[in-house]
Amino acid sequence: MTTQQQINIAAPRSGDIDPKYIRQSASSSSNWEMFKWLFMRISGPILLVLIFTHLFTNLMLGDGVHGLNFGLVAGKWASPLWQIWDLVMLWLAMIHGTIGVATIIDDYTKKDRTRVAFKVALYLASITIVVLGTLVIFTFEPCMTDAAGNLLDNSPSFCFNQ
Amino acid sequence: MSTATTAQQSPPAESKSGRGTLYRGKEGMWSWVGHRITGVVIFLFLLVHVLDTALVRVSPEAYDAVIGTYKNWYMALGESGLVAAVIYHAFNGIRIVLVDFWQKGTKYHRHMFWTVMILWVVVFGAFFIRHMMLVLGG
Ligand code: HEM
Ligand code: HEM
Repeated sequence: MTTQQQINIAAPRSGDIDPKYIRQSASSSSNWEMFKWLFMRISGPILLVLIFTHLFTNLMLGDGVHGLNFGLVAGKWASPLWQIWDLVMLWLAMIHGTIGVATIIDDYTKKDRTRVAFKVALYLASITIVVLGTLVIFTFEPCMTDAAGNLLDNSPSFCFNQ
Repeated sequence: MSTATTAQQSPPAESKSGRGTLYRGKEGMWSWVGHRITGVVIFLFLLVHVLDTALVRVSPEAYDAVIGTYKNWYMALGESGLVAAVIYHAFNGIRIVLVDFWQKGTKYHRHMFWTVMILWVVVFGAFFIRHMMLVLGG
């Protein structure tokens, strides 16, 4: 008998893990896992900048939350900078969050059927929100008119100067 | 008798200080639990947030009516809770990235955890004071 007993614990992602502990088939495995792992770590720091700026401009500058209204959104989205800012923030946050929540579902659901049900609901919700949010940014109309084509009274002031 | 068993009976002094493991017990595990919970909270908020922002496509009145319900002290507390979660998740996320990519990351992971906590108190404290003053003042 040797003095040092060998204990072998496979490192995560080493590929040495007994297949019975792995859910997905070997073929669909590593590249996608690696992509998700990297995506979380690249999108995270970018999201920090995007979201901190978003919170700072909307809650800390000027009157803070009291300053938020339709006019403020119209003013921001008149600039392509904020349109792209919000678009990138929407997509990155939703993909990052969806990958994250999918991991959590994998961790806590034991039965295949429950897992699939939760994930289908998650993906449907995520796709709906990303599509809706994208449409809202691109189809936004700051100077809305009524059926007769007159500007609404409470349109932001710059609409009346045109 | 193998030495491995002996080692199990008297754990190395190091594990007491939490240096023996990165993830189980102590800062490593609690920071992960916090990261999970805040991640889910932010995600659920974002789903609702995109829906309420979508009201700008309905009419200025509809948007202003819903945003108007945010402008009081109890909603301000809710917003503060969300911002507290965002700040923690963001700083702790940077710590995770550093542990994984920075050569000395694993060595300094406890220092970085406490740095995250201190930064969190400072940044959230500043936010909270200004936010509550704006809400209550106007
Ligand atoms: C209580 C805190 C928050 C307030 C008061 C707030 C306010 C707003 C406002 C006024 C807009 C309209 C456009 C703009 O200002 O750029 C907006 C849009 C947006 N916000 Fe926030 N926000 C908050 C927190 C967050 C957080 C934490 C996130 C990210 C997780 C976020 C993500 C977004 C996105 C993606 C849009 C664009 C929505 C769309 O495409 O229709 N917001 N927010
Ligand atoms: C503010 C900047 C952010 C940073 C720096 C950041 C960073 C990270 C990192 C590094 C991870 C770890 C992934 C892993 O362990 O493999 C993570 C996980 C996660 N993030 Fe974020 N993130 C940010 C914003 C967000 C937002 C806006 C959401 C929601 C929409 C979100 C939801 C999640 C979720 C649900 C997880 C999974 C947690 C788990 O598996 O335990 N994060 N984040």
